[in-house]
Amino acid sequence: MNTAANNPARNTKIMNRFDVTSRLVAKLKNDEAVVGGIGNTNFDLWAAGHRPQNFYMLGSMGLAFPIALGVALAQPKRRVFALEGDGSLLMQLGSLSTIATLAPKNLTMVVMDNGIYQITGAQPTPAAAVADLVAIAVASGLTNSAWAADEEDFERLIEQSMSASGPTLIGVRIDDKPGTGATRRDPVQIRERFMHGMGVREPL
Amino acid sequence: MAVAEAHTSPQSAQEKTWHGIVLEALKRNDIRLVPYVPDRVLTTLIKNIHADPFFTTFPTAREEEAVGIVSGAWMAGMRGAVLMQTSGFATLANILASLAIPYQIPLIMFVSERGTLGEFNYGQSLVCRTMRPVLDSLAMEHHTCTRLDEFEFIVDRSIKQALTTQAPVALILSPLLTGGKVFDK
Repeated sequence: MNTAANNPARNTKIMNRFDVTSRLVAKLKNDEAVVGGIGNTNFDLWAAGHRPQNFYMLGSMGLAFPIALGVALAQPKRRVFALEGDGSLLMQLGSLSTIATLAPKNLTMVVMDNGIYQITGAQPTPAAAVADLVAIAVASGLTNSAWAADEEDFERLIEQSMSASGPTLIGVRIDDKPGTGATRRDPVQIRERFMHGMGVREPL
Repeated sequence: MAVAEAHTSPQSAQEKTWHGIVLEALKRNDIRLVPYVPDRVLTTLIKNIHADPFFTTFPTAREEEAVGIVSGAWMAGMRGAVLMQTSGFATLANILASLAIPYQIPLIMFVSERGTLGEFNYGQSLVCRTMRPVLDSLAMEHHTCTRLDEFEFIVDRSIKQALTTQAPVALILSPLLTGGKVFDK
C-alpha cells in the first residue's frame, strides 16, 4: 500500500490531509472560496470548520478544478482554492491545460496525493508508482506548480499563491488516513449556502 | 438545406441564421461564458462567439470539464452555456446526475446532433441513440430543433426556463436546422 510514498524521487514529507486543510482554512481572512473534491477531500474541508464560501462536491469525480475555475472566472477579485485528490485529478488531467491557457491569477489548486483510492479500499492508483502529478501540471502549462516539502513549506506556498501573477498548483504528499468528518449530503443546501457566501444571493 | 453554410456574415434582420439566433439569444440573456468541445457544424457559431468581446469562450478537453466550469461560474454569478456534439453528450450522464440536477444548476447545453439523417459513421449513429433515453431517464428538459422559424422562440424560452427553474436543458440542433455534417470524401 502507498507505494508512491516510498518513491525516493520525491523528497517530500508525508503530511496529513486534515492537518494541511486546517492550516489552509486558518489562513483565510477575505471570504476566499474553497471547492472540495469528492470524498475525503471535502470531508476534511467540512471538518476543518464549515464556512459559507466552501463548496462540497457529492460525485462528479475530477471536477473540483473545473468548478473552481468557473468561480475564479466569474469573480476575478476573489481568491479561489480547490482541493482535489490524486485519483480525482487523474480523471481530468486535460483540465490542467485549460486552466493554464486561461491563467486565472486568483486560482490556487491543491492536490492531496496518497497514491491510493483510500475511500474505496486503498487500492493504488495507476499513477502511484510511476507518475509525478506536479511534473504533469508543469508540462500541462501550469509552470507555477510545486511539491510542498513539509507543512511550513505548504503554508509558504499558499501565501505565495495569494499574490501570484498566474494560477498555482501545490502537491501535498499525504498519508493513507480517511477523512475526519462527513459532509452533510444536501446538495441544494450546499449550493445555496455557497451562493450566499459568494455574495450572489441573500439568505431567505 | 445548408442554411448554416449559406450565411456566415453577421446576422441581419431579414436574414436570420440558426447560429445568429443562438448568439443573439445568449447575449440577450446575459450568458457570457461559453466553453465548448467543437463540432464541424458549430464552426461558424464558435468563430462568431470568439469574435465578440461580450463572450468568454474557450475549448475544453472534455465536455464534463465544460459543465463543471459553467456550474462554478453560475454559482458565483456568471451565466454560461456549453456547446458540444452528440458523442460529447454521451460522456455526461454521471455529472448530470451528480452535479447539475441535484444541485439545481441551470445548465444550458447546445448539442449538435450527429448520427442521424445522413450519418456516415456507424459509431455516431449508435451513440446518438443513447442521447434521448439518457435525457428522458433523468426527466431533463430537451428539445430537438428542426425549423428556423421556431428556433428563436425555443432557444430564448428554454434559456429563460432553465434559469428561472434552475434546471438543465439540452437543445439538440438537428441536421434539419443546421444542414448537419455530410460525407464529403
